[in-house]
Amino acid sequence: MEEKVKTQLKFTAKDFASDQEVRWCPGCGDYSILAQVQRSFPDIIEKEKEKVVWISGIGCSSRFPYYMNTYGFHSIHGRAPAIATGVKVANPELSVWVATGDGDLLSIGGNHFIHACRRNIDLKVLLFNNKIYGLTKGQYSPTSEVGKKTKTSPYGSIDYPFNPISVALGSDSTFIARTIDTNPKHMQTIIKRAADHKGFAFIEIFQNCVIFNDGAFDSYSDKSVRDENLLFLEHNQPMLFGAKKDKGLKLVGTKPVVININEPGNSVNDVLVHNEFDDSPVLSMILSHLSDSPNMPVPIGVFRQIMKTTYDEAVANQIAEVKKIKGEGDLEKLLFAGSTWEVN
Amino acid sequence: MIVDLNSKKHTKKLTEVTVRFAGDSGDGMQLTGSQFSDTTAAVGNDLSTLPDYPAEIRAPLGTLYGVSGFQLHFSSNDIHTPGDRPDVLVAMNPAALKKNISELKKGGIIIVNTDSFDARNLKLAHYESNPLEDDSLKGYESYPVPITSLTIKALEGSKLSVKEVTRSKNFFALGLMYWLYNRPLENTISWIKDKFKNKADLADANLKALKAGYNFGEITELFETRYEVDKAKLPAGTYRSISGNEATALGFLAASVKSKLPLFLGSYPITPASDILQFLSTYKNFGVKTFQAEDEIAGITSAIGASFAGSLALTTTSGPGLALKTEAMGLAVMTELPLVIVNVQRGGPSTGLPTKTEQADLLQAVYGRNGEAPIPVIAASTPSDCFNMAFEASRIAVKFMTPVILLTDGYLANGSEPWRIPHANEIPDFPVNFRTDSEGFHPYLRDENLSRPWTKPGTPGLEHRIGGLEKANITGNVSYDPENHDLMVRLRQQKINNIANDIPELSVDGEQQGEVLVLGWGGTYGSIKEAVMHVRNRGHKVSQAHFRYINPFPKNTSEVLKKFNKILVPEINLGQLSKILKSEFLAPVVSFNKVRGLPLRTSDIEDKILELLGEKK
Ligand SMILES: Cc1ncc(C[n+]2csc(CCOP(=O)(O)OP(=O)(O)O)c2C)c(N)n1
Ligand code: SF4
Repeated sequence: MEEKVKTQLKFTAKDFASDQEVRWCPGCGDYSILAQVQRSFPDIIEKEKEKVVWISGIGCSSRFPYYMNTYGFHSIHGRAPAIATGVKVANPELSVWVATGDGDLLSIGGNHFIHACRRNIDLKVLLFNNKIYGLTKGQYSPTSEVGKKTKTSPYGSIDYPFNPISVALGSDSTFIARTIDTNPKHMQTIIKRAADHKGFAFIEIFQNCVIFNDGAFDSYSDKSVRDENLLFLEHNQPMLFGAKKDKGLKLVGTKPVVININEPGNSVNDVLVHNEFDDSPVLSMILSHLSDSPNMPVPIGVFRQIMKTTYDEAVANQIAEVKKIKGEGDLEKLLFAGSTWEVN
Repeated sequence: MIVDLNSKKHTKKLTEVTVRFAGDSGDGMQLTGSQFSDTTAAVGNDLSTLPDYPAEIRAPLGTLYGVSGFQLHFSSNDIHTPGDRPDVLVAMNPAALKKNISELKKGGIIIVNTDSFDARNLKLAHYESNPLEDDSLKGYESYPVPITSLTIKALEGSKLSVKEVTRSKNFFALGLMYWLYNRPLENTISWIKDKFKNKADLADANLKALKAGYNFGEITELFETRYEVDKAKLPAGTYRSISGNEATALGFLAASVKSKLPLFLGSYPITPASDILQFLSTYKNFGVKTFQAEDEIAGITSAIGASFAGSLALTTTSGPGLALKTEAMGLAVMTELPLVIVNVQRGGPSTGLPTKTEQADLLQAVYGRNGEAPIPVIAASTPSDCFNMAFEASRIAVKFMTPVILLTDGYLANGSEPWRIPHANEIPDFPVNFRTDSEGFHPYLRDENLSRPWTKPGTPGLEHRIGGLEKANITGNVSYDPENHDLMVRLRQQKINNIANDIPELSVDGEQQGEVLVLGWGGTYGSIKEAVMHVRNRGHKVSQAHFRYINPFPKNTSEVLKKFNKILVPEINLGQLSKILKSEFLAPVVSFNKVRGLPLRTSDIEDKILELLGEKK
């Protein structure tokens, strides 16, 4: 009986859907992200749905908060991490999530992103990376590849792109993961892992923009090739990939190479074993740059997770400490502090 | 002249004095000035100060651009400004003399540190010949004092290095000034003891230098007269000396306590606003959260986030920082969240004169946003008024669910004056009712003031979304409907107009109608007040009014303006308030503008008033 009550009380995906009409282009990868978030949230938020806040900047992806039946704030271009910081610091009890695009987070919002990472504020940031500007109709973005032809780069983009995972690593984000819009199960797992992480969590989601950059991730998101080209990172597991799981990643010095474990002289023991909780960011950094070289797989999963005091905790701790030393603030005393004199 | 029985010298009574300490940026002039001010406040004079320091932290020694000054005006009467021209100049080196001599009153007193008048320093100050030896100081009462060597002599036997010993020379100068103006040493003695608690040698050196300076005044043949300025007759109460920035910080803290809202400040350091962040970060035991953001944009947006979450949220900055915050101010207007934005104005445009004062961000504050984005603008008129206006800004922001811009300026921020401290229980409460009832809730419902409900995330049943896109009236859903946009633009404007019902009317000091009204706003209050008093003392009728609320203006503004033939508007800009008054009220204003990076001179305003009255001074 009691068990039943509990199950009844549990939220369903529907509880997280707002009454607003979703208005992305048909086929947009954003739909999958919305669906996976709504499906994962009943496991993340078991009660007090009102404690959830979604914050976004501007872009197609940033329409996200409207579609969630939680508290939400659709703000201005690039500033979601800073607004979210204010929300979380003001009320650490809230569960604060950021939905953002590659232009939003890494171009105009780059500064706020790296600083939110380094401060380890307990925010969950979902980067919808479609390697293009969607809302402004198809200009290249800071994650677009060199040579990309777009409306503002008719002769090919000459900008070197950002690598979002290595930017997050370099800025000391304490949780860094990547997932893909065509793999719902994987995305749900990653979202829940991010929710469980105490501290700043960054998820890069490969998201297909069907209108301006269709197929950008086909070489690893399409079912026919994804086993060949995706490397699923799993803690404590050797980094094997390929349809037959016969290819493995090996490190020669600091250089990763791909070996076939069934070939003579090779064995699964030569293959790197993933350690999400490694204190050192070095291997994660190597993994994040893996696909810079041809014929290398694209890693998805959790790159790294480490634990440190969060910024919002530190704020609360410091206030508590100062109160202990100085005593609870007294306005009258403070007004009359220092050297005063009387006039009669 | 009366004879002081304790002293062989004459004592002369004065009602007011303006002193300027000037020296190299490393000479400790700001410290000397503030010690002299604190002591002067403690003996009961009214006073007003003007620190004036270079943008360079430590400019090369002896250079003209490295001169740091501190001016202090004190009196046995009510005073309102740091004084136009000093009566006394203490010049620690040739550069300080060169830079300040032209400001000194005719016949004024100069005390110079002769030790620093060597060939090198004279050259650095671009002196062709030694002004102490040629005729250039004729017309002044000059007192050459070898301050450095006297300090060294007084500290003979000290364990400190020569460099450290000579650094005490500012205390020698301070001691001498204490003697000259008959001030007690006790205040500074206890300050030194406290400050150098753990550095006995330094404490000892500074104390000795201070006393040596005082005794030098007494013993030397140089000075025949010392001066005395009686206590001022200030309203009864407990006083402290306060700077504008500290008053601003305290005003916000008081607002937090009185509204029972936790205080959140998101800010990025910039001169001259940084102190507010610094002061507030010391109030952690009040639960104040200060967030030193990565830039101004993060400063204001983090504050917007904190406001959304239910805090009394602030952001503080100066001109260039306000420019960066512009887009986010529009967001706060659209989301109708309470937020206080402080702009401690400084010389512009761009990075302009970072350490100097100006009033040239008024149009930016009132109009400087994309779209129809009305934001209330209020301005503090004196250093201590910053306390009241910070409190007011908070009250208005919360009551009307709106961002509010509070303008102060570099002069108010760093200047200080005696402040009659209010008791905590004299400050009114303004409790906030967050919406918690889900029955009939809509995020853009409005109350009688047109304010929407403030709803904290975390409140069950009230989940809703806000944002920068246009809102449908009442529901707050995104709406691009033309008629709705027109309505919302008008509602947001009307809400701000409604604030006029909640603020004091403009009061006129002097005749309520007549020939000339001198009308100002913000930090020029003191200069205007003093100029008006001087003109009245010459038997003229002239009235004064001063805006502390600028957007919206007080309800009776138009009425007041109509009652005067001429309206003189002095401002430290090229006529920004004038422009607004002309466009809003078609008022016949006469502008008086000086944009020197300094407070307006009383005498200049006075001349202008007399000119308007048809009299040559
Ligand atoms: C200050 C400012 N600059 C520019 C814009 C225009 N703008 C809106 S969205 C966008 C880029 C969005 O790209 P991305 O973040 O990748 O999101 P997507 O639409 O692809 O989801 C730009 C440049 C704006 N709204 N505000
Ligand atoms: S433009 Fe691209 S990113 Fe935007 S909604 Fe359409 S498909 Fe999605």
